[in-house]
Amino acid sequence: MSSFADQLLVLVLLINILILGTHRARVAIRAIAVQGVVLGMMPLLIHPVQGHILLITLFVVLAKGVCIPWLLFGALSKIEFSEDLPPFLGYAGNVIAGAVATVMAFVFAARLPLAPHHQELLTVPAALATILAGFIALASRRKAINQVIGYLMLENGIFIFGLLLTEAMPLMVEAGALLDLIAGIFVMGIIINQIGREFSSIDTSRMTALREEE
Amino acid sequence: MFTLLVLIPVAGALIAWLIPSNVKRPWVMPVTACLHLALVVAIVAAPPLQSRNEWIDLDAIGKLFLLEVSALFAACAFYSVSYLHYRRERNNRVLCMGMQVCLAAMSLAAGVHHMGLLWLAIETTTLSMAPLVYFNRNARSIEATWKYMLICSVGIALALLGIFFLAYSTVVAGLPPSLLLEPLQGYAPRLPAGWLDAAFVFLLVGYGTKMGLAPLHTWKPDAYGEAPGLVGAMLAGGLANCGFIGLIRIYQICLSSGDVHFYRAALLGIGLLSLFTAAAFLVHQTDFKRMLAYSSVEHMGLFAVALGLGGKALYGAMLHLIGNGLAKGVLFLAAGNIHRAFASKNRDSARGTLRRAPWSGALFLAGFLAMTGSPPFLIFSSEYSFFVAAFTQGYPLVGWLLAVLLMVAFLGMAMTVLPVVFGEPPRNRERTKYRDTPLLVGPPLALLTILGVVGVWLPQPLYRLVNAAAALLEVAR
Repeated sequence: MSSFADQLLVLVLLINILILGTHRARVAIRAIAVQGVVLGMMPLLIHPVQGHILLITLFVVLAKGVCIPWLLFGALSKIEFSEDLPPFLGYAGNVIAGAVATVMAFVFAARLPLAPHHQELLTVPAALATILAGFIALASRRKAINQVIGYLMLENGIFIFGLLLTEAMPLMVEAGALLDLIAGIFVMGIIINQIGREFSSIDTSRMTALREEE
Repeated sequence: MFTLLVLIPVAGALIAWLIPSNVKRPWVMPVTACLHLALVVAIVAAPPLQSRNEWIDLDAIGKLFLLEVSALFAACAFYSVSYLHYRRERNNRVLCMGMQVCLAAMSLAAGVHHMGLLWLAIETTTLSMAPLVYFNRNARSIEATWKYMLICSVGIALALLGIFFLAYSTVVAGLPPSLLLEPLQGYAPRLPAGWLDAAFVFLLVGYGTKMGLAPLHTWKPDAYGEAPGLVGAMLAGGLANCGFIGLIRIYQICLSSGDVHFYRAALLGIGLLSLFTAAAFLVHQTDFKRMLAYSSVEHMGLFAVALGLGGKALYGAMLHLIGNGLAKGVLFLAAGNIHRAFASKNRDSARGTLRRAPWSGALFLAGFLAMTGSPPFLIFSSEYSFFVAAFTQGYPLVGWLLAVLLMVAFLGMAMTVLPVVFGEPPRNRERTKYRDTPLLVGPPLALLTILGVVGVWLPQPLYRLVNAAAALLEVAR
């Protein structure tokens, strides 16, 4: 793998921290789109160019760079909310947690029994760090839209791990997985709209009607 | 032939989309269901095809699952005609489409032997049901839908990571990468144990979320409680079993690796935890639809325990695939009726169903007995085999725990079911316009009849199919 690809992965890690630290949903959506596009280009850098790889790249860039941000902005524009809902732990806490998770990912990945030609790469630690960052966002954010962004970060992390295996995954399954991702975001977008209408806020911590009594 | 099983429901969904009339549209589903069921029976009865495709290969496990899902869908389809007639004011286009897309995805899941494609099918079932949980368009149902969507999406994403680990283990071992079941079973002894274990854990978490194993079950009571009865039936009888099919496939690969102690221990642990959680929440459960969700957690736990026990329990697990699916159908469809009859799903307001809607009340009671493993129903046979396996294969502690937890779950459910069925109808509540109609009580009655008949007398072809399916889960020698 070229060192350029490793540099791009560093960019991906920085975007994780940016998303964890920002309080503006629009910034987070743009950042996750950039992250998706960067990741979409990666297969081209690490594999010899073939029709199969080109198609995957095209799909991923269109899906993560255009389709999903468009759906998210669509969901965002239909709900007017001005209130700032800080995440649990606060923004600084989120950034620190993200940094700790990144360090842990590097320490852990160094101990993993990887294939010999993958030992030196950033791919596995970057994948783990992005997955953990996604979890932090999912667990700490209270706005539905930010939880979706956390879910997308998690998906991106899994995608990074998948870069090691592009040959093993058939095109059909890759395309289908992306299609499902888009459909999922579409459904989530609709639900966010409904949450906005029903609760006049997209604060999911207010959704407490369904609990076990007693 | 198999392709048609997927294409018929997809075509049905398209037709449902094109029909403008809210009254005529639901009739598409029974038509789809009849065609699908007829085709399934024809395929299962036909001799196995010689030319086997590596990706699509309908084995005995897939056939059993197909039979169960198709029968359950047929019951829901006929029921839905009458149910949606009651709810004419709601647009049912999305519901009719979602149900059929889900059937197509579940049919695909039954027959694929490619781990990636299987994941895709299971993910599609999750997505297609999300708008259906939100059918009632109120604050409670949106909350349930959000939890369902987010937790299941994250779970299924972790399952994908598990599949990547599985593929990566072949890379580390220096084998040609593959995600097909048979080659992976062949490779299994040579795969590095660490990566295979990691793949198993992530797939257990991922598909376990989908099945609703504790502690990954938190979305379940909300989604099952807020969804309409027929959607609940599909979720509990179809999608949950579908997650189990995913778990079975990775279990088959792990079995071939030779050393199965870790996998069995993990499955026993998560299974018993699910049984424990279910038993704890079934006691004092006032909402009878949420009660059914915990009952589903209980039976998913039984699936995991059965895989963990192995041996004689596998036969029971395969029977349970049918038993759980059909009994959940009976209970949810009857619960939907009772909910309509009282406009409440709480045992304090919905009491005395036998007087208001006698057929639905009787069905709910019989479904409860069938679900909790009373003879003569099918689940008695499957649970019996779990006990035999536990006590004869050296797990007496598991056997005793099973006995205690199933007993607590039975008593807990009885405390909710009995007042709902036999209690004194509340005087202060107005009578709703609901009445038992043939299409509302016929489908659950048909499912109950199957459970009773098959419980007493298992036809030879079905017996052979169950044994063949269980044999696929034996440790390879």
